[in-house]
Amino acid sequence: MTPRRYTAPAIALHWLLALALVGMFGMGLYMTGQPFSPQRLNLYNWHKWAGMTVLALSLLRLVWRLSHRPPPLPERIRAAMPAWQRGLHVGSQHLMYLLFFTVPVMGWLYSSASGFPVVWFGVWRLPDLIGVDRDLAELIKPWHAWLAYTLAALVVLHTAAALQHQFIRRDRLLSRMGLGRAEVPPA
Amino acid sequence: MTLALSSTRLRPAPPGVRIARPVFQRSLALAVCALVVAGPAHAAQALLAEQSEILFVSTQMGVPVEGRFRQFDGQINFDPGNLPGSQIKLEIATGSATVGIKETDAELPKSTWFNVAAFPKASFESTAIKATGPGRYEVAGRLAIKGFTQDVVAPVTIEQNGGTTVASGTLSIARLAFKIGEGEWADTSMVADPVEIRFKIALSGVAALAR
Repeated sequence: MTPRRYTAPAIALHWLLALALVGMFGMGLYMTGQPFSPQRLNLYNWHKWAGMTVLALSLLRLVWRLSHRPPPLPERIRAAMPAWQRGLHVGSQHLMYLLFFTVPVMGWLYSSASGFPVVWFGVWRLPDLIGVDRDLAELIKPWHAWLAYTLAALVVLHTAAALQHQFIRRDRLLSRMGLGRAEVPPA
Repeated sequence: MTLALSSTRLRPAPPGVRIARPVFQRSLALAVCALVVAGPAHAAQALLAEQSEILFVSTQMGVPVEGRFRQFDGQINFDPGNLPGSQIKLEIATGSATVGIKETDAELPKSTWFNVAAFPKASFESTAIKATGPGRYEVAGRLAIKGFTQDVVAPVTIEQNGGTTVASGTLSIARLAFKIGEGEWADTSMVADPVEIRFKIALSGVAALAR
């Protein structure tokens, strides 16, 4: 029998990282507007620590995803989707996975290039990806931001699509990700 | 012709450029005499700024952050054969401190940090120089930053290459002893108290070390 739900670790990672990404995005927006202060320094460091944690968890998630195939879309739901929606479904998920890595890596590159290495939770110094180069750092900085905005836009799209399935189509698609019971609704 | 004459009169010749030959020869002869009389120890020693650096490494929430002073100068009279008669004086322009980040660099001159307006110079003056091994010395002296003076001892390694002598070493200071980082920035869980100063001072005119 084909599984109807994602595996428990996949579901746990999905929701944990969903929370983390929303938190990180808000934190990033907030901290960059702060005046020079210990508070700002504190926020930047926590952002970097959390960002590296997100990167590590995303790697774990990718490995899990590649070794545990997600459940196929129920045929009934799949059939109801126009071709562009199917394309967007696959494309947006691939792009989100790509950004789970590129956004934190850009932040890491920025840290290295600007001469503020990442010391994970103030304990473990991570290697610098590139040497100190302040001009390069200034070039990388907007990329970290714009890729994060792109990821945020995709998260909004993803959430909108999920809400549409839940409240407009009422097709119980979200049960695949652990929300609600996965009973088969009448066809 | 008149114009050219008056302009010559108005603008004094730069020193050493239009000196008549005999005068130049005489001063050269005097300089040679001075060298012979005083010996090599008192030959002019110059700090070679291009080959020198003074870095400071602070630790912000466990993250080592390197900065440097772009401007400094020194009066140095270092004679490996006469340590008691040797003296090292360095002056550092506090306003030239940079960590390479615009926002941070804009803060460093403020009163919370270096207070450049009131204390534009930091200085080091040696009080005693001790040899500790071949090419190794211990330089004790007074370090003054932001109106506070501390006695410090820096281990210094000296290397010579051609006519250039490079003195380098690392010195750990306590930033709070100089009130660098006041108010909310005095919190050592944010910026640790010890700050490492890494220096490399290149000099010309130092006598060869005895091997």
